[in-house]
Amino acid sequence: MFKPHISVEKLNVYYEGHHALKDVTVDIPEKRITAIIGPSGCGKTTLLKSLNRLIDLGDGVKVSGRVLVDGVNIFDNGVDVTNIRKKMGFIAQMPNPLPMSIYDNIAYGPRIHGAKDRKELDQIVERCLRAAGLWNEVNNRLKEPASKLSAGQQQRLCLARALAVKPEVLLCDEPTSALDPISARHIEGQLVTLKKDYTILFVTHILRQAKRLADYVVFLYLGELVEHGPAEEVLTNPSDPRTQAYLKGEIS
Amino acid sequence: MDKRKVEENFFKGMMIASTLIVVGSLLAVLIVVLLKGAPALSLSMLTQTPKGGYYLGKEGGILNAIVGSLYLAGGATTIAFVISLPTALYLNEYANRSKLASFTRHSLDILWSVPSIIYGVFGYTIMIYLGMRASLLGGIMALTLLELPIMIRAMDEVIKLVPLKLKEASYALGATKLETTLNVIAKQALPGIVMAILLALGRAMGDAASVLFTAGYTDNIPGSLFNPAASLPLAVFFQLGTPFPEVQQRAYASGAILLVIVLSLSIASRLLTKRFMKYVIR
Repeated sequence: MFKPHISVEKLNVYYEGHHALKDVTVDIPEKRITAIIGPSGCGKTTLLKSLNRLIDLGDGVKVSGRVLVDGVNIFDNGVDVTNIRKKMGFIAQMPNPLPMSIYDNIAYGPRIHGAKDRKELDQIVERCLRAAGLWNEVNNRLKEPASKLSAGQQQRLCLARALAVKPEVLLCDEPTSALDPISARHIEGQLVTLKKDYTILFVTHILRQAKRLADYVVFLYLGELVEHGPAEEVLTNPSDPRTQAYLKGEIS
Repeated sequence: MDKRKVEENFFKGMMIASTLIVVGSLLAVLIVVLLKGAPALSLSMLTQTPKGGYYLGKEGGILNAIVGSLYLAGGATTIAFVISLPTALYLNEYANRSKLASFTRHSLDILWSVPSIIYGVFGYTIMIYLGMRASLLGGIMALTLLELPIMIRAMDEVIKLVPLKLKEASYALGATKLETTLNVIAKQALPGIVMAILLALGRAMGDAASVLFTAGYTDNIPGSLFNPAASLPLAVFFQLGTPFPEVQQRAYASGAILLVIVLSLSIASRLLTKRFMKYVIR
């Protein structure tokens, strides 16, 4: 019933000996919101950062298994990692604007991928800021440093920046955890609007947020994939005792 | 009063006293140099080279040393910058935590503490070997050696502080290492990079020992890289060494000029970087 977009097959990740992900196998449905839930330190962020190979940046990281995106294993030797990352937009837990203007933050991605024409860039900047729901707040001060925006605005800027390189997937690592409730609502609203065009994965440890947003849920516990399935199934009628315990709040 | 409160106040007092000593000595240096040099300061000091008998108290100025110092320090700082920035970026972004990086850092720390006369003597030896005379080029080379460890290690320390989340943001958009390094890391570290340049420049402007043999001293403004070049620290040294009070006064005036040049370069570059500073993520 869900068409898979990303297939994770027997993925294992080790951080300098620590076994962070254990034989994870799961299909991520296309153009749906998938929530990755589980207690702290269970490998949620590791799974997310495996999908755009951002885990490569760490020291002593070892990976085995496959992640297929559009039929290509992103861990294959010949794969161009910059293309993968372009395809997989990433929103970090803390807003991380680049040290440049609001405009340049959005234009940065398209520029490194070859866009030069000023008019084209102007259009991209406007389109992405509108899609992230930020255009009306910043359209008269695009030249200002991004650091002057509030945290909530910065996070929407990061969303807009991710959209600017035309990704297929959005990977969100607890994108609202550093925000006030109103900004968080804003971001959640944008994600729901965006799912008609993008496959969205988001990590959260807030169950109510998973209930509000998710179509599909992946539950990780201590590096293992315990359960995954359509949101209503996993969140209301889980089959594994560990998922039941987590949902009841017995483990967190 | 209870013991812990006394303790707290005592150490706070000590810290304030230490800070005052530091600020006080800076002010004292400025005041003494300016006061003692002020009577000898004149337009001709700045606009003329030494005339015959200058070192006996006759007419002339130290334009030779002002221009010489600017050439020497400017040339050395430019070369040192061209070498330092790539090295510091390489150490952090490409070779970080490798044996090569830690070996390089250790070597630079040792080089930093090498007395500048050693660079002078080393440069002089090389120059003799090459059959070169004391010259602007020789002085620039010796000063570049003096500046490199200072500039690289100072840049290294600020580049190290660039937060991982900024690099992640750039990589996540599909940027390469080079794009991330030049567009994000160098930009974020820019104020610190400018400080590193100033630190090295100040050191080069004020160093006498490394240019003594390599650049020599002359009453003329160097016309080419192969002419000897005068410098302000040596101008101070030679004038203070004469037995004539009016010439000694000129030594203080030369010192004041050196101070003012270094200070104004520092202020000017701070103003320049302010434009870029506002983009830095805190």
